[in-house]
Amino acid sequence: MDTLKQELKENIVEQLNLEDISVDDIDDNDILFGEGLGLDSIDALELIVMLDKNYGIKLTDPKEGRAIFESINVMAKYISENRTK
Amino acid sequence: MKFLRKQEFKNMSKGVAITGMGIISSIGNNVDENYKSLIGGKTGITRISKIKTVHKDDIMVGEIAFTNQELEQQLGLSPDNNYSRTALLGVIAAKQAIEEAGISNINTYKTGLISATSVGGMDKTEAYYYDYLEDKAAQKYIEGHHAGDSTQKIAEELGIDQSLVTTISTACSSAANAIMFGARLIKSGQLDRVIVGGSDCLSKFTINGFKTLMILSDTYNTPFDENRKGLNLGEAAAFLVLESDKVVKAENKKVLAYVKGYGNANDAFHQTASSENGDGATLAMQKALKVAELSPGDIDYINAHGTATGNNDLSEGRAILRTFEEHVPDFSSTKAYTGHTLAAAGAIEAVYSVLALQNNVIYPNLNFKTQMKEFSITPQLELKEKELQTVLSNSLGFGGNCSTVIFSKKQ
Amino acid sequence: MRAVYINSVGSISSQKTFDNSQFLDEIVSYEDNIILAVDPNYKDYIAPANSRRMAKGIKMGVVASKIALKEANLDNVDAIITGTGMGCLKDSKKFLSAIIDNDEQFLTPTSFIQSTHNTVGGQIALGLKCKGYNFTYVHASVSFESAVLDAKLMLENNEASSVLVGGVDEIEEYTCTLHKLINHIKEEKVNTTDLLGSKTKGAVFSEGANFFVLSNIKQDSSYAQIVAISTYNTIKSTNITDLAGTFLKENDLDIEAIDLLVLGNNGDVTYDSFYNELSCGVFNKTQQVYYKHLCGEFNTASSFGVWLASKILKTQKLPEVTKLNDIRASNYNTILLYNQYRGENHSFTLLRKC
Repeated sequence: MDTLKQELKENIVEQLNLEDISVDDIDDNDILFGEGLGLDSIDALELIVMLDKNYGIKLTDPKEGRAIFESINVMAKYISENRTK
Repeated sequence: MKFLRKQEFKNMSKGVAITGMGIISSIGNNVDENYKSLIGGKTGITRISKIKTVHKDDIMVGEIAFTNQELEQQLGLSPDNNYSRTALLGVIAAKQAIEEAGISNINTYKTGLISATSVGGMDKTEAYYYDYLEDKAAQKYIEGHHAGDSTQKIAEELGIDQSLVTTISTACSSAANAIMFGARLIKSGQLDRVIVGGSDCLSKFTINGFKTLMILSDTYNTPFDENRKGLNLGEAAAFLVLESDKVVKAENKKVLAYVKGYGNANDAFHQTASSENGDGATLAMQKALKVAELSPGDIDYINAHGTATGNNDLSEGRAILRTFEEHVPDFSSTKAYTGHTLAAAGAIEAVYSVLALQNNVIYPNLNFKTQMKEFSITPQLELKEKELQTVLSNSLGFGGNCSTVIFSKKQ
Repeated sequence: MRAVYINSVGSISSQKTFDNSQFLDEIVSYEDNIILAVDPNYKDYIAPANSRRMAKGIKMGVVASKIALKEANLDNVDAIITGTGMGCLKDSKKFLSAIIDNDEQFLTPTSFIQSTHNTVGGQIALGLKCKGYNFTYVHASVSFESAVLDAKLMLENNEASSVLVGGVDEIEEYTCTLHKLINHIKEEKVNTTDLLGSKTKGAVFSEGANFFVLSNIKQDSSYAQIVAISTYNTIKSTNITDLAGTFLKENDLDIEAIDLLVLGNNGDVTYDSFYNELSCGVFNKTQQVYYKHLCGEFNTASSFGVWLASKILKTQKLPEVTKLNDIRASNYNTILLYNQYRGENHSFTLLRKC
């Protein structure tokens, strides 16, 4: 689980181009969207592709993403329960 | 302060007359065919056939039946031409418009061309992108990569020489903005006549682009429906001939309608999505009403942008409510017929708005089943005959770009 | 009808032009056929949270517009009008390659969004929270001039009092490879000072952003008045002299009234004849300058020409490196600019000291 969390943080920083944020800055419980890490709806779409590409999880409704991407903890839990690769 | 040159004073035009229209879309190859489909409730949305895409079973589109070869033949182009499909469609529609306006020598009056496109020659770029390096025959398309290429070709085919020719690309509001700029050029006396409109063909680029935004419906689009699933992309081109009072008078022209008002505003909210309360769209409609010197109560029909995405229809609906309050006129979206034709949409719907005025009809908003929860306004669902004086048309796009054009029977 | 002024400038180009206190004091020399912009430190102008998805074109446009707004002492404007020939090319390339390479799978939206032509104008509006009129013109070498024409109409008719206008284009490698294939980019590397002596086909490609605040109210920072601007989709080569004459006559001027001619020569042996006809013909007694050896060629390179002419009118200084002939005007009051690309999309712009 910790490896997955670390991997998620690395991917988020890299794919979303979070220039001023390092992996260590992200706490497992930090809120990722809005006031938290500042992610927005375009980032949510980027993360949906990441779920599909890296873990074989397909979301069809972008609204589903918001709950899943709440924090690293929530994301990691969802991925470990639903991943197909 | 510099004073107006005499020539410009003389040329300033109060009215902006529409004297010709041309259109090619998935519901018809000319104005008459489009009108018949509109009043017949006939949609042009189908499964995609002309572009090979892995998404073919997941999307539906508004495709024009003619192949590029057929279009080239209609235009009598030589086989070594480097026309993109956008250029082909544009020339067809623009030529129809000139014909209806009864223009034989286009250079009798100072004539400009303002076209709109978002994909431009992308169909060729994506077809040959890597092959260009080896395929010498395909290299003729490279210089057509820039967005102005289709416009240059339309100007050439119309015989517009040594004049003001330009292209606007503001995503889905592009053609509405072309009409707006054209109208301002006539009003200010810069031009006597201007051909305005837009053209966009389908491409893998836009199909995949909208797919990544997750706003493509896998079935027929349903504007202003509670359960709307997104938009269908379409391809089309439409052009209108705008002429000044001077030309109309001198040539004793039949006027189809007038461009009465226009407004553009920016939502300044998000790169692609509209603000929930439709700030930009509200401002655009208010500006257009002001330019037209009309009050909201004067509008008889709204041809809405109504793309059938969750975001657009909510935002636009709220903007309509903010602008018209308790007196929302009849409104409908024609996207269920044509799909969303992107940069061309504003011109397509300008033609439909003028046809509505000419025939005193309001087109049904197809595929609507369930009332949206967020407000109580319902689009017009059946074909309705009604005396119309003014029609308002919205076009809202990426980059927060919101445009409204008002058409009227009288100047 | 009100007069229209250039109240401020902001330039990012292949020269160090982003500092408005300087005027080509140091020249960056190149020996190449593709040259890039001299970047300011973008982080000084844009917060990382805002810049993380910005393409180079957006960054150049946003920063050039910030420099222009600051000099005009404005927080916002009534309208934003952008010209760009190709938009954000790198993202267009990225998205298109991804479609082809991944067979339409696992595509992400960011590069698609940035590929939209009006993304620069949209992002500037978003940053300023500017809800005003926002247009983007994309017509090859008159993209910028179309934007200026639109702004001028708006200001003359008092539909706005301040308009941000700019031209922006970015370089992308593969597109350059394609333009080399069809000889639009020179085959050989050319030294900055030898551009016009190259006698070969094609141009030296580059990138940049030049933004201006235009207004119908003159202020201390004002550079020039925009007297007139006209664009022409086509023109016969033998006709350019006549057309220049007609343009001047429309503005009640003759050849002698022009103190300086600013030409868009790019060293393409096939198409520089348009410029040569003017410089060797009716304007052979007029002082002449050129600039594409400094900023390179791109669809909105003529916006650098307007930047140069504005600086000359305000400072009354003329950088040695731009001189095309040895004639020296006693002072610079009226400047005519002419530009075209590959024989199409010509423009005349008339600026006057204010």
